[in-house]
Amino acid sequence: METQQNHLTIPIIKIPQGRLGMWVLIAGELVIFGGLICFYLLNRIRYPHWGDMAAHTNTFIGALNTVVLLVSSYTVVRAHQAALKMDVAKVRLWLSCTLLGGILFLVDKSIEYAHEISEGFTFTSPKLVAAGDHVGSLFWSYYYIMTGLHGAHVLAGMTVMLIILIQTRKGKNMHRVELAGMYWHMVDLIWIFLFPLLYIAK
Amino acid sequence: MENLHQNKSFWSKYVFSTDHKTIGTQYMIMGMIMAGVGGYLAYVFRYNLAFPGKSIPFYGMLGPQAYNAFVTIHGMIMVFWVGMPVLLSALGNYLIPIMIGSDDMAFPTVNMLSFWIFAVSALVLIASFFVPGGAFGGGWTMYPPFSAQGYVNHNPNFFTALFSGTSLLILAVALELVAMLMGGINFLVTTINKRAKGMTPWRIPVIIWFINIAAVIFMFSVGPLVAGAFMLLFDNVLGTGFYDPHRGGDPMLWEHLFWFFGHPEVYVLLLPSLGVLAEIVPVFSRKPLFAYKTVIYLALLSAFLSVLVWAHHQFVAGIDPRMATFFSIGTILISIPFAGIFLSYMATLWGGSIRMKLPMLWAIGFIGLFLVGGLTGLFLGSNTFDIYAHDTYFVVAHFHYTLFPDIFFGFFAAFYYWFPKFTGKELNAKLGKWHFWLTFIFFNGVFFLLFFNGLAGQHRRINDYSSFSLISREPYQTFEQIATVCAIGLMLSQFIFLYNFITSFRKGKKAVKNPWESTTLEWQSDSPPPHGNFNPYPEVHRGAYDYSLPEAKEDFTPQNVPNVN
Repeated sequence: METQQNHLTIPIIKIPQGRLGMWVLIAGELVIFGGLICFYLLNRIRYPHWGDMAAHTNTFIGALNTVVLLVSSYTVVRAHQAALKMDVAKVRLWLSCTLLGGILFLVDKSIEYAHEISEGFTFTSPKLVAAGDHVGSLFWSYYYIMTGLHGAHVLAGMTVMLIILIQTRKGKNMHRVELAGMYWHMVDLIWIFLFPLLYIAK
Repeated sequence: MENLHQNKSFWSKYVFSTDHKTIGTQYMIMGMIMAGVGGYLAYVFRYNLAFPGKSIPFYGMLGPQAYNAFVTIHGMIMVFWVGMPVLLSALGNYLIPIMIGSDDMAFPTVNMLSFWIFAVSALVLIASFFVPGGAFGGGWTMYPPFSAQGYVNHNPNFFTALFSGTSLLILAVALELVAMLMGGINFLVTTINKRAKGMTPWRIPVIIWFINIAAVIFMFSVGPLVAGAFMLLFDNVLGTGFYDPHRGGDPMLWEHLFWFFGHPEVYVLLLPSLGVLAEIVPVFSRKPLFAYKTVIYLALLSAFLSVLVWAHHQFVAGIDPRMATFFSIGTILISIPFAGIFLSYMATLWGGSIRMKLPMLWAIGFIGLFLVGGLTGLFLGSNTFDIYAHDTYFVVAHFHYTLFPDIFFGFFAAFYYWFPKFTGKELNAKLGKWHFWLTFIFFNGVFFLLFFNGLAGQHRRINDYSSFSLISREPYQTFEQIATVCAIGLMLSQFIFLYNFITSFRKGKKAVKNPWESTTLEWQSDSPPPHGNFNPYPEVHRGAYDYSLPEAKEDFTPQNVPNVN
């Protein structure tokens, strides 16, 4: 069926199907995050007090996570290069490195969350609400929903990468390495926006 | 390929199928079932409006809370669980692969997943009627604070708040949007990448263009609402303050989000239907579509304008009057591309040798009824008039005059047109004519008089006008009763359609390959098309609307015919 279809229907724009689908998916995802970032910015301009709240986020861990994600983006590019050469061993090595980066990111994030929660900054922040600081508690709601949604995307990217790691064991589905890489870059790119907004702009 | 298909078990052939035609059928049947549910809800609250305080046959007594819940869920169902699956998903799945000369969608498994997420979302929605407190009753727009009361009412019982009608409704909508997003990705990739040889962009039939433009509008506008829906869910269940002004949030944010999606959404529903007309009108006028390229450019223009008009729903919500003027102008501007598209259809009719077959009847009925909806929309688009008419029956009548032709007339036109192709059977034309005329007359009977009720100031969310003696006066209560009688007639006449559908499907006359003598690729395949659609695959040599070419022998030249001489 595959060969018959390739033989008989000639694509006019010669983009591999999976890559095109991934671009459309990424476009859809960016609008979701774009919306969230817009809401955040509107509220940030409205409430200068949010700057005081952003001071409580851990810039060091945030910066560390930025570096981790950027490095893992590099390793996934190496995996893609290896996949183009059909070098199974290298693909698996670099994909594992990327997975490790994802794990490191989530570990850092968990330490950070644990620290913030222990200080009373939770999704609803009852401590701040009890102290009458409603606007401050709203910052933490946004913080958790933005980083949480991003974290869910990290987890999704890692799951996909794990599946591909298993599939490539026998050299199958090597073209999917590129697709996972594209998704991973998107996750990275979104973090590049979240990091200054939530950690640096105090 | 044929053997492969036949070897499949019942489950993988009809239930968890990846074939685009089967998935299209699943969406269509699901949409019809949901239309039945939505229609039943409409019957109950219309009966209550005409005869307040009386027990309703097949339901019982309807209290104010249940009345509002029924109106809310009726709106939700008709837009998200009837319009979207039937017009976008069913038509898109049926037509995109076969009209561009391909075997299936680009990602058949994603396609199947999309349908099953949609099916789950429908179940979640229906389930919301049966939880304590009943379904959500704050209007289909789900404005907070009314939709964010769960935490306040049920605190600290997390599960009661999670399984309240409000939360289930938000969840159902979020799931439905995800399903449609997956479908949208599929439509775009399929159309870009899987066209037959020679199917250049300017040879693609208008309906495929329109479905794809609709998918782009949908994907662009829905993203923020997906994020916003989860924020609303958290407000309702966990007590965050995203939309709570007391907590620093802003309820207007939800209104903007909802309508930033909700208004483009009406064009998402309208464009596939207009595409159906673009296919039917040339076939039954035996003329090429007038100004094919202009029609597509106009649709692209309307797609651009569609994201600039949303706040016309919020004229009374306290937005800045300067902003209201901007959105008024945008709203009136967007009527220009749609007027242009309708003009093209009328110019196609002009001087054609018109064949008044069933699909054409529905298409012309659509044009006539939509004119009423479109013209009253111009009134409402102007903020000065809208402030008076807001939330009255004038608005109700207006959007039913746009959405009813759009969803139902558009669907029936498509159904009567493509039924012979996808089942290989002919429909009973006589029953079809009865169905059309009864639907047409009863529909006008329901909604035309409601314009006057609206102008008299009657408000749409009041379940019993007899307790408001000042505004409850004649003839408006009589109008309500006429509307209700006609609504019951409208619903009963759909049984003619069901009967026709089932008997024709089981025992109808065998249809020929190309009964309407049309040019597009789906008619060059067998009826019904086999798994894989074509054998051999077609090569496209001409545009989609080559009717009555002077040099050709017949008055239609299919797209895969290389040379007319």
